[in-house]
Amino acid sequence: MKIHEYQGKEIFRKYGVPTPRGILALSPNEAEAAAKQLGTSVVVVKAQIHAGGRGKGGGVKLAKSPAEAKDLAKAMLGMKLKTIQTGPEGQTVHKVYIEEGLAIAQELYLGVTLDRATSRITFMASKEGGVEIEEVAAHHPEKILREAVDPAVGFLDFQGRKLAFGLGLSGPTVNKFVQFCSALYKMYVDTDASLVEVNPLVILKDGGVVALDAKVNFDENALYRHKDLLEYRDLAEEEPRETQAKEYDLAYIALDGNIGCMVNGAGLAMASMDTIKLVGGNPANFLDVGGGASKEKVTAAFKLILADPNVKAVLVNIFGGIMKCDVIAEGIIAAAKEVQLKVPLVVRLEGTNVEKGKELLRTSGLAITPADNLRQAAEKAVAAAK
Amino acid sequence: MSILVNEDTKVLCQGITGSAGSFHSKQMLEYGTQLVAGVTPGKGGTDFEGKVPVFNTVAEAVKQAGANTSVIFVPPPFAADSIMEAADAGVALIITITEGIPVNDMVRAKRYLQGKPGVRLIGPNCPGVITPGARCKIGIMPGHIHKPGRIGVVSRSGTLTYEAVHQLTQLGLGQSTAVGIGGDPVNGTDFIDCLKLFNADPETDAVIMIGEIGGSAEEAAAEYVAREFTKPIAGFIAGQSAPPGKRMGHAGAIISGGKGTAAEKIKAMEAAGFLMAPSPTELGTTLQEALKRGAPKKNR
Repeated sequence: MKIHEYQGKEIFRKYGVPTPRGILALSPNEAEAAAKQLGTSVVVVKAQIHAGGRGKGGGVKLAKSPAEAKDLAKAMLGMKLKTIQTGPEGQTVHKVYIEEGLAIAQELYLGVTLDRATSRITFMASKEGGVEIEEVAAHHPEKILREAVDPAVGFLDFQGRKLAFGLGLSGPTVNKFVQFCSALYKMYVDTDASLVEVNPLVILKDGGVVALDAKVNFDENALYRHKDLLEYRDLAEEEPRETQAKEYDLAYIALDGNIGCMVNGAGLAMASMDTIKLVGGNPANFLDVGGGASKEKVTAAFKLILADPNVKAVLVNIFGGIMKCDVIAEGIIAAAKEVQLKVPLVVRLEGTNVEKGKELLRTSGLAITPADNLRQAAEKAVAAAK
Repeated sequence: MSILVNEDTKVLCQGITGSAGSFHSKQMLEYGTQLVAGVTPGKGGTDFEGKVPVFNTVAEAVKQAGANTSVIFVPPPFAADSIMEAADAGVALIITITEGIPVNDMVRAKRYLQGKPGVRLIGPNCPGVITPGARCKIGIMPGHIHKPGRIGVVSRSGTLTYEAVHQLTQLGLGQSTAVGIGGDPVNGTDFIDCLKLFNADPETDAVIMIGEIGGSAEEAAAEYVAREFTKPIAGFIAGQSAPPGKRMGHAGAIISGGKGTAAEKIKAMEAAGFLMAPSPTELGTTLQEALKRGAPKKNR
């Protein structure tokens, strides 16, 4: 689950991670009032969307007066902000965060996430902040400092010092940086975060260490034990069909093609999309109905797929495995009837009782085309969509 | 022979009285798996299907029923604890089927396993392991699509593994062992571990490895194959058509050092000597080609 910068900073403050003072604004007038209240000669107006790269996309601007903050907020609120992480359609800005301006001496990068290769939560730090950090990672990986945390003992002070000296910090700033990292680790583990990124982390002219940005993601599998975090969820930032899919425990990602896909298993779902592309078609979505593929889930999945007006045909590929194909076929037929399916439906079933399943599909009275294998199914679906 | 599981494998099921655990325990018994015990805290002293004794703890199940392998169906909030309980009881092979375990739980469990040499974890979030020649099926895969034979299968995905096995069986190519290692960010046995075992197994002639986009496990496996693997090997990467998508920040890209796309994985695997299946409908035929072509040449 993703949250906004202002929410991430709220959690930072609970754990003692220093942040600038800031106030959320939903209108230009609120932005003006917030700037007045902060009282600094410069304030920063920051668009709140669930994507990074906002600065380059025009979503972070300096205001030298409350009136200017108001004007900037007016321009930002409602705009479609395009960044390298939003995709070409951009994301609408509904909230801006007004923050005090600070006397910055240096900008750094600090990220915490799981390193799959070592199964350890790992700190990454670099002198190069900003969007260029990925370039650095790709071409000069040695410039990124890493510290893997042993979960048995947690983040240790010496690891913080290694990072601090490696970044060229000195004096009292070193200990401030160590405390910053320790607090961040505690927060990461306590909240079951999956990503905490501070880009940039800034060193102030007075030696202070402050999180100028906060990108925080949480592990969805652990949300059951963090009911308090659920209120940070912002449905306006999520693709509505993806939100709906989550309610039925379906994994759905909207794409821009015209062949709706319903498959059990993520790997097989991706393989089905690959096959559609190979035979000249374009998938409208990724959809994993999970192992069970019950009638209720299949019905919900059909509804999701058909809610996309671009869908001209639907491909169902279920490797039943242990589930019997005739039972799955009955589920598909009942679901197709319930949603009054109007587009061609190509179904490939495999597993126990496959012949019985195909017979049911043939005699259902619905426009269902059975297919014998994945390639044939993809070809039939592509032909039907034309 | 085979890898990981064979005629001597005695299985205990953690979570045997739950809905998934009991359903699949019946399937395993039907296939011929030696399921010797179940564990459900509080239900010790009862039995499953009139033939499998149920214990309160894994330690008792090991001591009294002689189990050496565990299969875990325990719900996600308790699954990491179950893994550590099995490791503490000295179970040599722990196969975790449970999907949706919190990542930080697995980080701790994996750290715990480091102090238990001789204990191997498969999964979590995997279909399990099957050796058709020994009638030993541990997990949720459909037994009937498998056929005893000499091809090793290792995969990160569930149903795509079935697709590969199904295609092989239809071509008359049976399997020595098929292993689903699971797709979670933190898991136990990886591709390289399985490839090493297949490489050393005299009853495996060739291997098909099925990966997915994301992470760098396939790239690491390719490095290993280029260095040491001596048998014909075929491969496939699912997700070639997936769009780059909306990413979650820079950290994911940094941690993997820019690896993880389908194109990069395919390139690395081809260079290492894999014969890559051009589409998921050609998994079986590509393995057949790889067999004809023989083992990848070593030029270093």
